[in-house]
Amino acid sequence: MLKAENVSMRYFRKTGEANHFYAVREASLGLNAGEVAVLTGRSGSGKTTLLHMLSGLLTPTSGTVTLDGADLYGLKDGALSRLRNQRLSVIPQGRSAVDTLTVLENVLLPAQLAGKPGDRAAAERWLNTLGILALADARTGELSGGELRRMAIARALFQDAEVLLADEPTGDLDDANTALALSVLQSAAKERGKAVLIVSHDSEASRYADALYRMDGGTLERVE
Amino acid sequence: MGASHLPIKNLLRRPGRTAALVLLTAFLALSVFGGSVVVRSLQSGLDSLQARLGADIIVLPGSARSKVDFQELILQGTAGAFYMSADSLDRVKEVDGVALAAPQTFLASLKADCCAVKVQVIGIDPEADFTVRPWIGQSYARELGDMDLAVGCRVTANVGESLKIYDQNCHVVAKLAETGTGLDTAVYCDMATMEKLLAAAEKKGVTHKLTSDDADVISAVYVKVADGFDPEAVAAKINAHVRKAAAVRSRSLFTGASDSLEGASRTVALLAGAVWVLAFVILMIAFAMMIAERRREFAVLLLLGTSRGGLSRLILAETALCSLVGGLLGVGVAATAVFPFTALIESKLKLPYLTPDAGTVAALAIGTVAATVLVGTLASAWAAWRLSRTDPGVTLREGA
Ligand SMILES: Nc1ncnc2c1ncn2[C@@H]1O[C@H](COP(=O)(O)OP(=O)(O)OP(=O)(O)O)[C@@H](O)[C@H]1O
Ligand SMILES: [Mg+2]
Repeated sequence: MLKAENVSMRYFRKTGEANHFYAVREASLGLNAGEVAVLTGRSGSGKTTLLHMLSGLLTPTSGTVTLDGADLYGLKDGALSRLRNQRLSVIPQGRSAVDTLTVLENVLLPAQLAGKPGDRAAAERWLNTLGILALADARTGELSGGELRRMAIARALFQDAEVLLADEPTGDLDDANTALALSVLQSAAKERGKAVLIVSHDSEASRYADALYRMDGGTLERVE
Repeated sequence: MGASHLPIKNLLRRPGRTAALVLLTAFLALSVFGGSVVVRSLQSGLDSLQARLGADIIVLPGSARSKVDFQELILQGTAGAFYMSADSLDRVKEVDGVALAAPQTFLASLKADCCAVKVQVIGIDPEADFTVRPWIGQSYARELGDMDLAVGCRVTANVGESLKIYDQNCHVVAKLAETGTGLDTAVYCDMATMEKLLAAAEKKGVTHKLTSDDADVISAVYVKVADGFDPEAVAAKINAHVRKAAAVRSRSLFTGASDSLEGASRTVALLAGAVWVLAFVILMIAFAMMIAERRREFAVLLLLGTSRGGLSRLILAETALCSLVGGLLGVGVAATAVFPFTALIESKLKLPYLTPDAGTVAALAIGTVAATVLVGTLASAWAAWRLSRTDPGVTLREGA
């Protein structure tokens, strides 16, 4: 479904002799519907960089990313943004809330950016699943890190896209919520046929993997 | 792809930030609008002064004070009384190059029982006059009759009322359009009426006679120079030919006023321009900072499917809205600050000051608001453009 072929990302920074280095080097991977892929690796190994390239947010230095055969970076602004809105959902690392909006409005935002009112009941269902329905009308500025993370997960699931890319979705979560988040992502793959990629330090995550990848110094390798 | 309510929500839910940007643009609009109204008023003041004095040369009595008195009379409406023999008019007419010569006689009424108001009375000769009649004609279609007065707009008497001057009953038949000069506090009558008033004034002990014999007196002669003659040369000839009179170029009479007017309007224009440039730079910095502070928020919008174009439109819509509200506010404040203080500005500047008509003011107001929106939008356009050039993946990393 979503396929990366030999994607590389070169950044300019003085490293030893050279003035540039590869954050990701010639990485190839494919995500399939109904499967959970898990990507682990040490901090700074290039996981986020790869995920950004997979989600149409960062133009690779070389290589291609295709969704059902269509090259993401060959698309025009409008088409690529439509694709990010409807076919790819991303749970980014770090904060990703629009602070002038409430939690519920944040979850509904992908629909509203597409010019639709959005299914309120569905949004509230996802908030409920992730245990933050009580916060629906709170401003995101008041939320804890774990609450924000669950809001981002709820939003990505609400988007209901075919591909779901999660960057450290359990980063700020306690054990119970980590288990909850991972099982929700897994059931998105198993019950609703999504192609899921989870980037995680958490050894817990690899237990959910259909395919396990490891990243080391920009080089991707499939472990199992 | 976009959400039209988002800019408004963003503005309303960050009242502090929004207020700061609105106030900044309001300040810009205020100084520009206020400044241009003042400059325009000064210019139309001078224009109307020149129209009222539409003479090339003015001949005044030869005394040292008369020129200064005349200037004060015209500019500030100070009462003036200076006289020369009516013969001077005939002598002026004899001079080569004089096309038209119109006499005027001045009489100041008193602040006493005999006079209803203290005003400058100006007698004109309807036959010869070429400066005042067109002006009177704007508000009164007929000729001034016996004991008729046309009063300046700031004289407290209305059409139909009678006005007592030196115990003589005069009828107000016309109220004149504003000039922004001292003439707004003067009243006009014809020469026959003026003679009666002079006689009545004399009974009250106000003398204007030059000699004991009963010669008629006049105060000034307005001269229009014939085509092809140099006004300077004609003035020199009048000076040589007419005794006890001084001919001056009307322009030179008011060079002081027009110089300080030009100075004043240049200063105001310069200040407005400086404020404009300053405000533009400050706005640009403010909008750039606002956008920089919100880079991550914008990256999230891109992540969720806003197009780069849509994001630029969102930012421009926010800043345009901000500057629109600011522009309206600034113009509103300027309007409430400038117009009630017209009299104060006028007395401080000691210059003719004529507020432009409603249409011009409205055009200035609309122009200012439009310019404010344009400047505000331009100020943010650069920051918006830069943001839309960057991959959201890069922006998303910042300040996570
Ligand atoms: N814009 C950039 N310019 C230069 N170097 C960059 C840039 N973005 C990322 N890098 C570098 O690329 C490398 C990979 O970063 P990346 O965020 O992909 O790592 P990561 O595996 O996600 O780390 P973590 O687990 O800590 O999130 C890091 O060394 C980072 O410093
Ligand atoms: Mg990372």
